[in-house]
Amino acid sequence: MSGGLYSMAAKDFDKTLDLTKIKPYGDTMNDGKVQLSFTLPVTVGAEAIEAAKQLLKKMGFDNPLVVYYRELTPGYTFFNCYGNCTHTVDFTSIYVPKVESTVMDMHQVDDYIREHIGRKLVIIGASTGTDAHTVGIDAIMNMKGYAGHYGLERYEMIDAYNLGSQVPNEEFLAKAIELHADALLVSQTVTQKDVHIKNLTELVELMEAEGLRDKMLLICGGARISHELAKELGYDAGFGMNTYADDVASFVAEEVVKRMNKK
Amino acid sequence: MMQSKLGLDFKKVEHARSLARNIAENVQSFVDSYTTVAVERTLCRLMGIDNVDDNQVPLPNVVVEELKGKGVLNQGVLFYLGNAMIQTGLSPQQIAEGVAAGKINLVQMEIADKKRIEEVFQPVINDSLKKIRTRRERRNEYLRTIGEGPKPYIYVIVATGNIYEDVVQAEAAARQGADIIAVIRTTGQSLLDYVPYGATTEGFGGTFATQENFRIMRAALDKVGEEVGRYIRLCNYCSGLCMPEIAIMGAFEGLDVMLNDALYGILFRDINMQRTLVDQYFSRIINGFAGVIINTGEDNYLTTADAVEAAHTVLASDIINEQLALLAGLPEEQMGLGHAFEMDPALENGFLYELAQAQMTREIFPKATLKYMPPTKFMTGNIFRGHIQDALFNMIGIWTHQGIQLLGMPTEAIHTPFMSDRYLSIENAKYIFSDMKNIGDEVEFKEGGIIRKRAALVLDNAVDLLGKINSEGLFNALEKGIFGDVKRPKNGGKGLEGVTQKGENYMNPFINLMKGAK
Repeated sequence: MSGGLYSMAAKDFDKTLDLTKIKPYGDTMNDGKVQLSFTLPVTVGAEAIEAAKQLLKKMGFDNPLVVYYRELTPGYTFFNCYGNCTHTVDFTSIYVPKVESTVMDMHQVDDYIREHIGRKLVIIGASTGTDAHTVGIDAIMNMKGYAGHYGLERYEMIDAYNLGSQVPNEEFLAKAIELHADALLVSQTVTQKDVHIKNLTELVELMEAEGLRDKMLLICGGARISHELAKELGYDAGFGMNTYADDVASFVAEEVVKRMNKK
Repeated sequence: MMQSKLGLDFKKVEHARSLARNIAENVQSFVDSYTTVAVERTLCRLMGIDNVDDNQVPLPNVVVEELKGKGVLNQGVLFYLGNAMIQTGLSPQQIAEGVAAGKINLVQMEIADKKRIEEVFQPVINDSLKKIRTRRERRNEYLRTIGEGPKPYIYVIVATGNIYEDVVQAEAAARQGADIIAVIRTTGQSLLDYVPYGATTEGFGGTFATQENFRIMRAALDKVGEEVGRYIRLCNYCSGLCMPEIAIMGAFEGLDVMLNDALYGILFRDINMQRTLVDQYFSRIINGFAGVIINTGEDNYLTTADAVEAAHTVLASDIINEQLALLAGLPEEQMGLGHAFEMDPALENGFLYELAQAQMTREIFPKATLKYMPPTKFMTGNIFRGHIQDALFNMIGIWTHQGIQLLGMPTEAIHTPFMSDRYLSIENAKYIFSDMKNIGDEVEFKEGGIIRKRAALVLDNAVDLLGKINSEGLFNALEKGIFGDVKRPKNGGKGLEGVTQKGENYMNPFINLMKGAK
């Protein structure tokens, strides 16, 4: 771009951080800088660039800047853009429901179970429905684990059963009954057209119909799963990206103890 | 034999092959005496039976289920179809329609002499073989006239769920430089024991493989291929419960590449091993005859097992898959044996190990159109680092002369590719393939260095593993979880009920007519 490397525009906005009005940060507090890319279904040209800029304005960006564009195929143009976000968010009033447990490592979890429960916990997991991906459930359950976090199979005080992928909900539940599971882990990777919501809901309904819902912990996980979504669907917890076996194991152990104490 | 840049001990490679040969022959002695519902449906399709009944059940399923229900599937569909052709004078399609309407009972007919049965369907057999040969010739004609892209072929996927939207994505990808378009199947199709019919516009994470969808995409790629002056190959999935059926549909419609790996189905789709090994044999005979490049799924082992520790399982499985393919008459040039770039980016010198393994695979299978798979396991949603991981993967692809480079997408683990994701990935690959074009001819690896040692270690471990599998037999080895840390029982998994031992009247002349033939 011929605009020069350095912005000489006066930065005449308030540069103090106000947590009730936060906006994106580029290199100066409150500059609102955002980078984004998208494709518009139009032929490349001056009109396409103008359309991208107008769209940025409507998204709430000042100084919309198209830094790169390219026609991907006739009638489709790709843009890389920058803009200054005009919107703010009040960070001080945010409440996000979270899985409330102290995260312990593998040995701590084993010790905790030995001390407070005194028997092995049975946890079964599967990628259910038509979902063929095992990457999520494997990361949590396989001996080796993922990113340095050992999987549940390695825990001394957990009997972990990984049933693999494409397990029908009925079969999953039958196995849970057979093994006297304390907790069920459901992994969902494919989320196109919300197929995971349908499948997760079906399992809850099945468990309720069988009168099993309050007898076992029901937990779901996957890249597109949040704890909030899980609670909404009637699960006890949901684990999304950047959570590992220790997060799941800690939650299960503490929750089982909590329920034992309630009785 | 090319000069080894790794100082590989080719006597060990030869030994590994002889072990794998033995493993494959043991499997084959089982396979030879069995058939499956999928193989029989494939024979129906080879006899020209197509379309669906009033309940949308494909007619090949109607015919095969009819015989299975009457407990005579072991005699094979050709015996009963041929007999019915003699007794009724109708074509196989008319007979299938009659069975669907409940007007024809295949089993309660006078049985003609077996020799007459063999003669009566000879013209239909010739028609089918001619249809496949014509398709193959059409591909060769394109390759002679408009040509193809240089290797590694750039392979990208489309996965919208709607075949017409897939066409838009595929055309864009071809214009950007893709050589192979794979239409990802809808999730769960591998477990359907039938092939859906007609054009489809609804799928989850992919599009149904149907013969009509094949036809639509083939026509679109021919058109865009002529436009860009490069033949564009079409890939689909000849795996799951309908392996040979998808193979024959692909052969009829001019597909060029097919995922085709029983081991993958056993381990990652929990398909019964007896079922799928029998299915695989016939599907590979068809793919060989149709000039289709098969892709094997060894790369998947490294998504469950560790890529450093389990590297030798990939090589061992490639060697077994090569021998199984040879027994089905599939030429080496059509073997897209799989391997992958899946090591943890946090591993020091990971690139060197990956380079060693890719070069080793190239040298062990010099004629194969190797299929090299991109990083997936450690793609995190950090699209910026992901783009660099894919760049490292592309460097090894051009460096070690891979056959098919399945491009990684920066948005792996987030969504099926956007049109722009594909553009960024193709740009990445084309830049590197050009910028580093001849690096493989310039660089050798030092004796006693990290790279040579790594290759030697993986080969040694693969030989050990093949020795173990050979003494156990493949079926037992799979029961013990030898690949991908996954254990599968011989009588477990999906589809076993569709396997039956061949009876005395059983016939399948296509095996001899197509195996190893052109």
